[in-house]
Amino acid sequence: MRENYEAVIGLEVHAQMLTKTKAYSNDVNEYGAMPNTNISAITLGHPGTLPVMNKKTIEYAIKLGLALNCNIAEDQYFARKNYFYPDLPKGYQITQDKTPICTGGSVKIKTKDGVEKEIGITRIHMEEDAGKSIHDVDMYDTLVDLNRAGTPLLEIVTEPDLRSSDEAYAYLQEVRKLLRYLEICDGNMEEGSMRCDANISVMKKGSKVFGTKVEVKNMNSMRNVQRAIEFEINRQIEALENGEELFQETRSFDALNNSTISMRSKEAANDYRYFPEPDLQPIRVTEDQINGVKAEMPALPNDLFEKYTKEYKLSEYDASNLIEAKPIALFYNEVTAHTKNYKAAANWIMGDVKSFLNQRGLEMKDFPISAEQIAKLIGIIDEGKVSSTVASQSIFPAMLEAPEKDPLAIAQELNLIQESDEDSIKNYISQVIAQHPSEVERYRNGEKQLTGFFMGQLMRLSKGKADPKAANKLMREMLEQ
Amino acid sequence: MNINEELVDHIAHLARLSFEGEAKDAIIADMKKITDFMDKLNAVDTDNVEPLIFMSDEINRLREDVPAQTVTHEEALRNAPKKDSDYFRIPKVLDK
Repeated sequence: MRENYEAVIGLEVHAQMLTKTKAYSNDVNEYGAMPNTNISAITLGHPGTLPVMNKKTIEYAIKLGLALNCNIAEDQYFARKNYFYPDLPKGYQITQDKTPICTGGSVKIKTKDGVEKEIGITRIHMEEDAGKSIHDVDMYDTLVDLNRAGTPLLEIVTEPDLRSSDEAYAYLQEVRKLLRYLEICDGNMEEGSMRCDANISVMKKGSKVFGTKVEVKNMNSMRNVQRAIEFEINRQIEALENGEELFQETRSFDALNNSTISMRSKEAANDYRYFPEPDLQPIRVTEDQINGVKAEMPALPNDLFEKYTKEYKLSEYDASNLIEAKPIALFYNEVTAHTKNYKAAANWIMGDVKSFLNQRGLEMKDFPISAEQIAKLIGIIDEGKVSSTVASQSIFPAMLEAPEKDPLAIAQELNLIQESDEDSIKNYISQVIAQHPSEVERYRNGEKQLTGFFMGQLMRLSKGKADPKAANKLMREMLEQ
Repeated sequence: MNINEELVDHIAHLARLSFEGEAKDAIIADMKKITDFMDKLNAVDTDNVEPLIFMSDEINRLREDVPAQTVTHEEALRNAPKKDSDYFRIPKVLDK
Protein backbone atom coordinates (compact mmCIF):
# COMPACT_ATOMS: atom_id res chain seq x y z
CA MET A 1 0.00 0.00 0.00
CA ARG A 2 2.75 2.37 1.07
CA GLU A 3 4.66 1.94 -2.20
CA ASN A 4 1.74 3.52 -4.11
CA TYR A 5 2.21 6.78 -2.22
CA GLU A 6 4.81 9.47 -1.98
CA ALA A 7 5.30 11.66 1.08
CA VAL A 8 6.00 15.39 0.79
CA ILE A 9 7.66 16.98 3.80
CA GLY A 10 8.80 20.48 4.64
CA LEU A 11 10.48 21.41 7.91
CA GLU A 12 10.51 24.56 10.00
CA VAL A 13 13.46 24.74 12.36
CA HIS A 14 13.63 27.29 15.15
CA ALA A 15 17.18 27.93 16.32
CA GLN A 16 17.89 29.95 19.47
CA MET A 17 20.82 32.24 18.85
CA LEU A 18 23.82 32.11 21.17
CA THR A 19 23.84 35.86 21.67
CA LYS A 20 24.65 37.28 25.09
CA THR A 21 21.44 39.31 25.19
CA LYS A 22 17.87 39.03 23.95
CA ALA A 23 16.69 39.98 20.47
CA TYR A 24 15.20 43.37 21.32
CA SER A 25 16.45 44.10 24.85
CA ASN A 26 19.69 43.83 26.79
CA ASP A 27 18.68 41.28 29.43
CA VAL A 28 20.75 38.12 29.56
CA ASN A 29 20.02 35.32 27.11
CA GLU A 30 20.93 32.03 28.80
CA TYR A 31 19.39 28.66 29.49
CA GLY A 32 18.81 27.31 32.96
CA ALA A 33 18.77 30.49 35.09
CA MET A 34 16.43 30.85 38.09
CA PRO A 35 12.88 31.62 36.87
CA ASN A 36 12.09 35.23 35.98
CA THR A 37 15.59 36.58 36.56
CA ASN A 38 16.63 37.25 32.96
CA ILE A 39 14.00 39.86 32.33
CA SER A 40 13.63 43.55 31.54
CA ALA A 41 10.77 46.01 31.14
CA ILE A 42 10.81 45.21 27.41
CA THR A 43 10.75 41.45 27.93
CA LEU A 44 7.91 41.88 30.43
CA GLY A 45 5.99 43.87 27.83
CA HIS A 46 5.47 46.87 30.07
CA PRO A 47 3.62 49.76 28.44
CA GLY A 48 5.74 52.53 27.01
CA THR A 49 8.87 50.44 26.51
CA LEU A 50 10.56 50.27 23.14
CA PRO A 51 12.52 47.37 21.65
CA VAL A 52 16.03 47.91 20.24
CA MET A 53 17.43 45.42 17.77
CA ASN A 54 20.51 43.36 18.69
CA LYS A 55 23.28 43.80 16.11
CA LYS A 56 24.60 40.29 16.73
CA THR A 57 21.37 38.58 15.69
CA ILE A 58 21.62 40.17 12.25
CA GLU A 59 25.25 39.08 11.97
CA TYR A 60 24.34 35.51 12.92
CA ALA A 61 21.48 35.42 10.41
CA ILE A 62 23.83 36.63 7.67
CA LYS A 63 26.35 33.95 8.68
CA LEU A 64 23.78 31.20 8.29
CA GLY A 65 22.50 32.74 5.07
CA LEU A 66 26.00 32.74 3.59
CA ALA A 67 26.63 29.15 4.68
CA LEU A 68 23.46 28.05 2.88
CA ASN A 69 24.05 30.23 -0.21
CA CYS A 70 20.95 32.32 0.43
CA ASN A 71 20.17 35.77 -0.90
CA ILE A 72 20.51 38.31 1.89
CA ALA A 73 17.78 40.95 1.76
CA GLU A 74 19.09 44.47 1.62
CA ASP A 75 16.08 46.19 3.16
CA GLN A 76 14.07 44.63 5.92
CA TYR A 77 11.49 45.58 8.47
CA PHE A 78 9.73 43.74 11.26
CA ALA A 79 6.11 42.80 11.78
CA ARG A 80 3.84 42.11 14.71
CA LYS A 81 2.27 38.70 14.83
CA ASN A 82 -0.64 39.15 17.21
CA TYR A 83 -1.94 36.47 19.50
CA PHE A 84 -2.99 36.36 23.09
CA TYR A 85 -1.14 33.96 25.31
CA PRO A 86 0.27 34.45 28.82
CA ASP A 87 3.87 33.57 27.92
CA LEU A 88 3.83 36.38 25.35
CA PRO A 89 3.39 39.45 27.54
CA LYS A 90 3.25 42.03 24.74
CA GLY A 91 0.39 40.22 23.03
CA TYR A 92 2.40 40.00 19.84
CA GLN A 93 5.61 38.44 18.62
CA ILE A 94 8.06 40.68 16.77
CA THR A 95 9.00 38.72 13.67
CA GLN A 96 9.82 39.19 10.02
CA ASP A 97 6.84 38.60 7.80
CA LYS A 98 7.20 40.27 4.40
CA THR A 99 10.99 40.73 4.38
CA PRO A 100 12.84 37.67 5.70
CA ILE A 101 16.59 38.30 5.98
CA CYS A 102 17.48 35.23 3.86
CA THR A 103 15.72 33.60 0.94
CA GLY A 104 16.70 30.81 -1.42
CA GLY A 105 19.77 28.67 -0.79
CA SER A 106 19.92 25.01 0.09
CA VAL A 107 21.20 22.34 2.44
CA LYS A 108 23.05 19.33 0.99
CA ILE A 109 22.13 16.02 2.53
CA LYS A 110 23.18 12.47 1.85
CA THR A 111 20.32 9.99 1.68
CA LYS A 112 20.56 6.48 3.07
CA ASP A 113 21.72 5.11 -0.28
CA GLY A 114 24.54 7.64 -0.29
CA VAL A 115 22.92 9.85 -2.93
CA GLU A 116 23.41 13.57 -2.54
CA LYS A 117 20.29 15.71 -2.51
CA GLU A 118 19.76 19.44 -2.19
CA ILE A 119 16.97 20.60 0.08
CA GLY A 120 15.80 24.07 -0.91
CA ILE A 121 15.50 26.79 1.72
CA THR A 122 12.42 28.96 1.27
CA ARG A 123 13.35 31.55 3.85
CA ILE A 124 15.18 32.29 7.09
CA HIS A 125 13.80 35.04 9.27
CA MET A 126 14.58 36.63 12.62
CA GLU A 127 12.10 36.59 15.46
CA GLU A 128 11.80 36.19 19.22
CA ASP A 129 10.97 33.26 21.45
CA ALA A 130 8.08 33.25 23.93
CA GLY A 131 8.36 32.55 27.66
CA LYS A 132 7.57 29.21 29.23
CA SER A 133 4.23 28.19 30.72
CA ILE A 134 4.32 25.33 33.19
CA HIS A 135 0.98 23.58 33.42
CA ASP A 136 1.74 20.42 35.34
CA VAL A 137 3.32 21.60 38.58
CA ASP A 138 0.42 23.33 40.32
CA MET A 139 -3.13 22.04 40.53
CA TYR A 140 -4.90 25.35 39.98
CA ASP A 141 -2.46 27.75 38.39
CA THR A 142 -0.27 27.86 35.35
CA LEU A 143 3.21 29.12 36.23
CA VAL A 144 4.93 31.52 33.86
CA ASP A 145 8.68 31.98 33.50
CA LEU A 146 9.69 34.79 31.15
CA ASN A 147 13.45 34.11 31.03
CA ARG A 148 13.11 32.69 27.52
CA ALA A 149 10.83 35.48 26.29
CA GLY A 150 12.63 37.62 23.74
CA THR A 151 15.41 35.10 23.00
CA PRO A 152 16.51 35.67 19.41
CA LEU A 153 15.42 32.93 17.02
CA LEU A 154 16.12 32.14 13.43
CA GLU A 155 13.31 30.28 11.74
CA ILE A 156 14.61 28.19 8.86
CA VAL A 157 11.91 27.03 6.46
CA THR A 158 12.52 24.43 3.74
CA GLU A 159 10.79 23.89 0.45
CA PRO A 160 8.62 20.74 0.40
CA ASP A 161 11.65 18.85 -0.92
CA LEU A 162 11.93 16.04 1.60
CA ARG A 163 10.40 12.67 0.70
CA SER A 164 10.97 10.47 3.75
CA SER A 165 11.55 10.53 7.49
CA ASP A 166 15.15 9.47 6.83
CA GLU A 167 15.72 12.50 4.65
CA ALA A 168 14.19 14.72 7.33
CA TYR A 169 16.58 13.22 9.87
CA ALA A 170 19.56 13.73 7.58
CA TYR A 171 18.48 17.34 6.97
CA LEU A 172 18.25 18.06 10.70
CA GLN A 173 21.67 16.52 11.24
CA GLU A 174 23.16 18.79 8.58
CA VAL A 175 21.43 21.91 9.89
CA ARG A 176 22.53 21.18 13.45
CA LYS A 177 26.10 20.56 12.32
CA LEU A 178 26.11 23.89 10.45
CA LEU A 179 24.64 25.84 13.37
CA ARG A 180 27.33 24.36 15.61
CA TYR A 181 30.17 25.00 13.16
CA LEU A 182 29.01 28.61 12.84
CA GLU A 183 28.73 28.76 16.65
CA ILE A 184 25.42 30.59 16.44
CA CYS A 185 23.21 27.95 18.14
CA ASP A 186 24.10 24.95 20.30
CA GLY A 187 21.57 22.75 18.48
CA ASN A 188 20.27 20.97 21.55
CA MET A 189 16.78 19.67 20.73
CA GLU A 190 16.29 18.14 24.18
CA GLU A 191 16.78 21.54 25.84
CA GLY A 192 14.76 23.22 23.12
CA SER A 193 17.53 25.42 21.73
CA MET A 194 16.72 23.84 18.36
CA ARG A 195 13.11 22.93 17.62
CA CYS A 196 11.37 21.50 14.61
CA ASP A 197 7.85 21.48 13.19
CA ALA A 198 7.07 19.26 10.23
CA ASN A 199 4.55 19.79 7.43
CA ILE A 200 3.59 16.45 6.02
CA SER A 201 1.30 15.33 3.21
CA VAL A 202 1.03 12.26 1.04
CA MET A 203 0.01 11.84 -2.59
CA LYS A 204 -0.30 9.01 -5.07
CA LYS A 205 3.03 8.26 -6.66
CA GLY A 206 3.58 10.29 -9.81
CA SER A 207 0.92 12.83 -8.85
CA LYS A 208 1.71 16.49 -9.40
CA VAL A 209 -0.78 17.71 -6.82
CA PHE A 210 0.24 17.68 -3.16
CA GLY A 211 -2.17 16.17 -0.67
CA THR A 212 -3.67 17.93 2.34
CA LYS A 213 -0.91 19.20 4.61
CA VAL A 214 -0.75 18.43 8.32
CA GLU A 215 1.60 20.23 10.69
CA VAL A 216 3.18 18.22 13.50
CA LYS A 217 4.68 19.90 16.56
CA ASN A 218 6.30 19.02 19.88
CA MET A 219 9.09 16.71 18.85
CA ASN A 220 12.00 17.17 21.19
CA SER A 221 14.67 15.08 19.51
CA MET A 222 15.75 14.31 15.97
CA ARG A 223 14.67 10.69 16.45
CA ASN A 224 11.23 11.88 17.50
CA VAL A 225 10.94 14.01 14.38
CA GLN A 226 11.73 10.92 12.36
CA ARG A 227 9.23 8.79 14.30
CA ALA A 228 6.49 11.43 14.13
CA ILE A 229 6.88 11.75 10.36
CA GLU A 230 6.86 7.99 9.96
CA PHE A 231 3.66 7.71 12.00
CA GLU A 232 2.00 10.59 10.20
CA ILE A 233 2.76 9.23 6.71
CA ASN A 234 1.22 5.90 7.65
CA ARG A 235 -1.80 7.52 9.31
CA GLN A 236 -2.51 9.64 6.26
CA ILE A 237 -2.12 6.78 3.79
CA GLU A 238 -4.39 4.60 5.88
CA ALA A 239 -7.01 7.32 6.09
CA LEU A 240 -6.94 7.84 2.32
CA GLU A 241 -7.14 4.10 1.68
CA ASN A 242 -10.21 3.98 3.90
CA GLY A 243 -11.77 6.76 1.88
CA GLU A 244 -11.53 9.27 4.76
CA GLU A 245 -10.94 12.93 4.20
CA LEU A 246 -7.83 14.57 5.68
CA PHE A 247 -8.05 17.97 7.34
CA GLN A 248 -5.47 20.67 7.27
CA GLU A 249 -4.69 20.74 10.98
CA THR A 250 -1.99 20.88 13.61
CA ARG A 251 -1.14 17.70 15.46
CA SER A 252 1.06 17.10 18.45
CA PHE A 253 3.57 14.26 18.67
CA ASP A 254 3.00 11.94 21.59
CA ALA A 255 6.36 10.32 22.28
CA LEU A 256 4.94 7.83 24.80
CA ASN A 257 2.48 6.32 22.36
CA ASN A 258 4.58 7.07 19.30
CA SER A 259 1.64 8.74 17.57
CA THR A 260 0.23 12.17 16.73
CA ILE A 261 -2.85 13.74 18.26
CA SER A 262 -4.99 16.49 16.78
CA MET A 263 -4.57 19.86 18.51
CA ARG A 264 -7.70 21.23 16.88
CA SER A 265 -9.74 23.14 19.40
CA LYS A 266 -13.03 25.01 19.32
CA GLU A 267 -10.97 28.12 18.77
CA ALA A 268 -11.33 29.84 15.42
CA ALA A 269 -8.44 29.39 13.00
CA ASN A 270 -5.35 31.37 13.98
CA ASP A 271 -5.77 34.97 13.01
CA TYR A 272 -2.43 36.68 13.56
CA ARG A 273 -3.32 40.05 11.99
CA TYR A 274 0.24 40.81 10.90
CA PHE A 275 1.17 44.44 10.47
CA PRO A 276 4.48 46.33 10.33
CA GLU A 277 6.16 46.80 13.73
CA PRO A 278 6.36 50.57 14.16
CA ASP A 279 8.67 50.40 17.18
CA LEU A 280 11.66 48.98 15.31
CA GLN A 281 13.24 51.00 12.53
CA PRO A 282 14.01 49.16 9.29
CA ILE A 283 17.32 47.39 8.78
CA ARG A 284 19.58 47.86 5.81
CA VAL A 285 22.29 45.29 5.20
CA THR A 286 25.20 46.62 3.16
CA GLU A 287 27.60 44.78 0.87
CA ASP A 288 30.40 45.80 3.25
CA GLN A 289 28.66 44.20 6.17
CA ILE A 290 28.15 40.96 4.24
CA ASN A 291 31.81 40.94 3.19
CA GLY A 292 32.82 41.51 6.80
CA VAL A 293 30.86 38.45 7.91
CA LYS A 294 32.23 36.47 4.96
CA ALA A 295 35.78 37.25 5.98
CA GLU A 296 35.15 35.78 9.41
CA MET A 297 33.36 32.63 8.29
CA PRO A 298 34.87 29.47 9.77
CA ALA A 299 35.60 26.48 7.55
CA LEU A 300 32.35 24.60 7.05
CA PRO A 301 31.92 20.83 7.28
CA ASN A 302 31.42 20.38 3.54
CA ASP A 303 34.63 22.30 2.76
CA LEU A 304 36.56 20.17 5.24
CA PHE A 305 35.07 17.00 3.75
CA GLU A 306 36.30 18.07 0.31
CA LYS A 307 39.74 18.86 1.64
CA TYR A 308 40.08 15.61 3.58
CA THR A 309 38.94 13.41 0.70
CA LYS A 310 40.55 15.26 -2.22
CA GLU A 311 43.71 16.73 -0.76
CA TYR A 312 44.40 14.34 2.13
CA LYS A 313 43.07 11.28 0.25
CA LEU A 314 41.12 10.06 3.26
CA SER A 315 38.21 7.69 2.69
CA GLU A 316 34.71 9.24 2.74
CA TYR A 317 34.07 7.25 5.89
CA ASP A 318 37.07 8.72 7.73
CA ALA A 319 36.32 12.21 6.46
CA SER A 320 32.69 12.19 7.53
CA ASN A 321 33.64 10.87 10.97
CA LEU A 322 36.18 13.65 11.43
CA ILE A 323 33.80 16.46 10.44
CA GLU A 324 30.92 15.19 12.57
CA ALA A 325 31.87 17.52 15.43
CA LYS A 326 33.72 20.77 14.95
CA PRO A 327 36.16 20.43 17.90
CA ILE A 328 37.38 17.07 16.53
CA ALA A 329 37.81 18.49 13.02
CA LEU A 330 39.73 21.46 14.42
CA PHE A 331 42.04 19.19 16.40
CA TYR A 332 42.63 17.09 13.29
CA ASN A 333 43.47 20.25 11.34
CA GLU A 334 45.99 21.16 14.00
CA VAL A 335 47.61 17.72 13.99
CA THR A 336 47.89 17.78 10.20
CA ALA A 337 49.57 21.16 10.43
CA HIS A 338 52.46 19.27 12.06
CA THR A 339 52.51 16.01 10.14
CA LYS A 340 51.93 15.00 6.55
CA ASN A 341 50.78 11.52 7.53
CA TYR A 342 47.09 12.46 7.22
CA LYS A 343 45.81 8.91 7.41
CA ALA A 344 47.74 8.16 10.62
CA ALA A 345 46.49 11.41 12.15
CA ALA A 346 42.90 10.41 11.32
CA ASN A 347 43.45 6.93 12.77
CA TRP A 348 44.88 8.28 16.01
CA ILE A 349 42.05 10.74 16.51
CA MET A 350 39.21 8.41 15.57
CA GLY A 351 40.90 5.59 17.52
CA ASP A 352 42.96 6.18 20.65
CA VAL A 353 42.01 9.82 21.21
CA LYS A 354 38.27 9.31 20.79
CA SER A 355 38.13 6.16 22.87
CA PHE A 356 40.02 7.93 25.66
CA LEU A 357 37.47 10.77 25.56
CA ASN A 358 34.54 8.36 25.45
CA GLN A 359 35.83 6.29 28.35
CA ARG A 360 36.24 9.33 30.53
CA GLY A 361 33.14 11.10 29.25
CA LEU A 362 35.29 14.06 28.22
CA GLU A 363 35.04 16.49 25.35
CA MET A 364 37.72 17.36 22.85
CA LYS A 365 38.55 20.58 24.67
CA ASP A 366 39.42 18.56 27.79
CA PHE A 367 41.96 16.39 25.94
CA PRO A 368 45.31 16.91 27.69
CA ILE A 369 47.75 16.22 24.85
CA SER A 370 48.44 18.93 22.30
CA ALA A 371 47.98 18.36 18.58
CA GLU A 372 51.69 18.95 18.06
CA GLN A 373 52.62 16.18 20.50
CA ILE A 374 50.30 13.75 18.69
CA ALA A 375 52.02 14.71 15.44
CA LYS A 376 55.41 14.01 17.06
CA LEU A 377 54.20 10.60 18.18
CA ILE A 378 53.15 9.84 14.60
CA GLY A 379 56.58 11.09 13.52
CA ILE A 380 58.57 8.65 15.65
CA ILE A 381 56.40 5.76 14.43
CA ASP A 382 57.01 6.81 10.83
CA GLU A 383 60.73 7.00 11.49
CA GLY A 384 60.65 3.41 12.73
CA LYS A 385 61.75 4.39 16.24
CA VAL A 386 58.75 2.75 17.87
CA SER A 387 56.11 0.37 16.58
CA SER A 388 52.52 1.60 16.44
CA THR A 389 51.53 -1.08 18.92
CA VAL A 390 54.07 0.17 21.45
CA ALA A 391 53.01 3.74 20.73
CA SER A 392 49.39 2.97 21.41
CA GLN A 393 49.88 0.65 24.38
CA SER A 394 52.73 2.36 26.23
CA ILE A 395 53.66 5.82 24.93
CA PHE A 396 50.16 7.27 24.46
CA PRO A 397 49.08 6.38 28.03
CA ALA A 398 52.35 7.87 29.34
CA MET A 399 51.70 11.05 27.37
CA LEU A 400 48.26 11.33 28.96
CA GLU A 401 50.01 11.33 32.33
CA ALA A 402 52.69 13.81 31.29
CA PRO A 403 51.30 15.79 28.35
CA GLU A 404 54.29 18.14 28.23
CA LYS A 405 56.83 15.37 27.77
CA ASP A 406 58.29 14.68 24.35
CA PRO A 407 57.07 11.28 23.01
CA LEU A 408 60.60 10.32 21.97
CA ALA A 409 61.92 11.11 25.44
CA ILE A 410 59.16 8.95 26.92
CA ALA A 411 60.08 6.11 24.55
CA GLN A 412 63.73 6.37 25.58
CA GLU A 413 62.94 6.56 29.26
CA LEU A 414 60.71 3.51 29.09
CA ASN A 415 63.32 1.77 26.97
CA LEU A 416 60.89 1.30 24.13
CA ILE A 417 63.03 2.40 21.19
CA GLN A 418 62.73 -0.19 18.49
CA GLU A 419 65.85 -2.11 17.55
CA SER A 420 66.22 -2.02 13.82
CA ASP A 421 69.93 -2.64 13.95
CA GLU A 422 70.45 -5.83 11.89
CA ASP A 423 73.09 -7.43 14.06
CA SER A 424 71.09 -7.31 17.24
CA ILE A 425 67.97 -8.60 15.46
CA LYS A 426 70.01 -11.39 13.88
CA ASN A 427 71.28 -12.25 17.31
CA TYR A 428 67.70 -12.66 18.60
CA ILE A 429 66.79 -14.76 15.56
CA SER A 430 69.73 -17.09 16.08
CA GLN A 431 68.59 -17.62 19.65
CA VAL A 432 65.02 -18.38 18.53
CA ILE A 433 66.27 -20.85 15.93
CA ALA A 434 68.55 -22.54 18.44
CA GLN A 435 65.77 -22.85 21.03
CA HIS A 436 63.16 -24.35 18.69
CA PRO A 437 64.80 -26.92 16.42
CA SER A 438 61.66 -29.00 15.81
CA GLU A 439 59.58 -25.96 14.74
CA VAL A 440 62.42 -24.89 12.46
CA GLU A 441 62.34 -28.28 10.83
CA ARG A 442 58.57 -28.17 10.36
CA TYR A 443 58.93 -24.69 8.85
CA ARG A 444 61.55 -25.90 6.46
CA ASN A 445 59.23 -28.76 5.51
CA GLY A 446 56.62 -26.27 4.37
CA GLU A 447 54.68 -25.06 7.46
CA LYS A 448 55.23 -21.41 6.57
CA GLN A 449 52.54 -20.26 9.00
CA LEU A 450 55.03 -20.88 11.81
CA THR A 451 56.54 -17.47 10.99
CA GLY A 452 54.03 -16.02 13.42
CA PHE A 453 55.28 -18.29 16.18
CA PHE A 454 58.92 -17.34 15.54
CA MET A 455 58.10 -13.65 15.47
CA GLY A 456 56.30 -14.05 18.78
CA GLN A 457 59.36 -15.67 20.30
CA LEU A 458 61.57 -12.95 18.90
CA MET A 459 59.39 -10.19 20.29
CA ARG A 460 59.45 -11.92 23.67
CA LEU A 461 63.23 -12.03 23.65
CA SER A 462 63.56 -8.43 22.49
CA LYS A 463 60.79 -7.26 24.86
CA GLY A 464 58.83 -5.94 21.90
CA LYS A 465 61.54 -3.62 20.74
CA ALA A 466 62.65 -5.34 17.56
CA ASP A 467 61.44 -3.50 14.50
CA PRO A 468 58.85 -6.00 13.24
CA LYS A 469 59.32 -5.15 9.58
CA ALA A 470 63.07 -5.68 9.58
CA ALA A 471 62.78 -8.68 11.88
CA ASN A 472 60.22 -10.37 9.67
CA LYS A 473 62.42 -10.03 6.64
CA LEU A 474 65.58 -11.26 8.40
CA MET A 475 63.68 -14.10 10.05
CA ARG A 476 62.53 -15.47 6.68
CA GLU A 477 66.02 -15.13 5.24
CA MET A 478 67.65 -16.95 8.11
CA LEU A 479 65.01 -19.71 8.23
CA GLU A 480 65.35 -20.34 4.50
CA GLN A 481 69.09 -20.78 4.80
CA MET B 1 -16.74 47.53 6.31
CA ASN B 2 -19.62 45.80 7.97
CA ILE B 3 -19.18 45.70 11.74
CA ASN B 4 -21.57 43.13 13.09
CA GLU B 5 -21.92 41.29 16.35
CA GLU B 6 -20.14 38.22 15.03
CA LEU B 7 -17.05 40.19 14.00
CA VAL B 8 -16.91 42.02 17.34
CA ASP B 9 -17.20 38.72 19.20
CA HIS B 10 -14.37 37.28 17.12
CA ILE B 11 -12.04 40.23 17.65
CA ALA B 12 -12.94 40.42 21.33
CA HIS B 13 -12.16 36.75 21.74
CA LEU B 14 -8.73 37.15 20.11
CA ALA B 15 -7.96 39.72 22.81
CA ARG B 16 -9.67 37.63 25.50
CA LEU B 17 -12.22 40.36 26.09
CA SER B 18 -15.99 40.06 26.18
CA PHE B 19 -18.67 42.62 25.52
CA GLU B 20 -22.30 42.16 26.42
CA GLY B 21 -25.44 44.29 26.23
CA GLU B 22 -24.90 48.03 26.16
CA ALA B 23 -21.15 47.67 26.18
CA LYS B 24 -21.35 45.61 23.04
CA ASP B 25 -23.60 48.14 21.32
CA ALA B 26 -21.17 50.88 22.26
CA ILE B 27 -18.11 49.06 20.93
CA ILE B 28 -19.93 48.24 17.70
CA ALA B 29 -20.78 51.92 17.27
CA ASP B 30 -17.16 52.95 17.98
CA MET B 31 -15.72 50.43 15.59
CA LYS B 32 -18.16 51.58 12.91
CA LYS B 33 -16.91 55.13 13.31
CA ILE B 34 -13.31 53.99 13.04
CA THR B 35 -13.85 51.86 9.96
CA ASP B 36 -16.00 54.57 8.32
CA PHE B 37 -13.07 56.93 8.73
CA MET B 38 -10.74 54.31 7.24
CA ASP B 39 -13.11 53.90 4.32
CA LYS B 40 -12.83 57.62 3.67
CA LEU B 41 -9.04 57.29 3.58
CA ASN B 42 -9.35 54.27 1.35
CA ALA B 43 -11.33 56.33 -1.13
CA VAL B 44 -8.24 58.42 -1.89
CA ASP B 45 -6.47 57.28 -5.05
CA THR B 46 -3.04 56.02 -3.91
CA ASP B 47 -2.16 54.00 -7.00
CA ASN B 48 1.10 55.80 -7.63
CA VAL B 49 2.08 56.38 -4.02
CA GLU B 50 4.68 54.20 -2.31
CA PRO B 51 3.36 52.85 0.99
CA LEU B 52 4.69 54.79 3.97
CA ILE B 53 5.42 52.39 6.79
CA PHE B 54 7.76 54.41 8.97
CA MET B 55 7.46 58.05 9.88
CA SER B 56 11.20 58.71 9.86
CA ASP B 57 13.95 57.75 7.44
CA GLU B 58 16.12 56.38 10.17
CA ILE B 59 17.52 52.88 9.64
CA ASN B 60 19.75 50.47 11.58
CA ARG B 61 18.96 51.69 15.09
CA LEU B 62 20.93 48.82 16.57
CA ARG B 63 22.30 47.81 19.93
CA GLU B 64 25.60 46.11 20.83
CA ASP B 65 25.21 42.63 22.34
CA VAL B 66 26.14 43.66 25.89
CA PRO B 67 24.00 42.40 28.78
CA ALA B 68 22.70 44.48 31.68
CA GLN B 69 20.37 43.83 34.58
CA THR B 70 17.82 46.62 34.48
CA VAL B 71 15.00 44.91 36.36
CA THR B 72 15.45 42.56 39.31
CA HIS B 73 13.51 39.38 39.89
CA GLU B 74 11.61 41.01 42.78
CA GLU B 75 10.76 44.09 40.75
CA ALA B 76 9.56 41.95 37.87
CA LEU B 77 7.08 40.11 40.07
CA ARG B 78 6.08 43.08 42.21
CA ASN B 79 3.04 44.18 40.23
CA ALA B 80 1.77 40.73 39.38
CA PRO B 81 -1.76 40.10 40.69
CA LYS B 82 -0.77 36.56 41.59
CA LYS B 83 2.72 35.15 42.05
CA ASP B 84 4.96 33.01 44.21
CA SER B 85 8.62 33.54 44.96
CA ASP B 86 9.64 32.30 41.51
CA TYR B 87 6.77 32.53 39.06
CA PHE B 88 3.91 34.59 37.75
CA ARG B 89 0.77 32.63 38.51
CA ILE B 90 -2.16 32.72 36.15
CA PRO B 91 -5.41 30.79 35.74
CA LYS B 92 -4.76 27.38 34.25
CA VAL B 93 -4.41 27.45 30.48
CA LEU B 94 -4.08 24.17 28.72
CA ASP B 95 -4.92 24.64 25.12
CA LYS B 96 -2.73 26.85 23.02
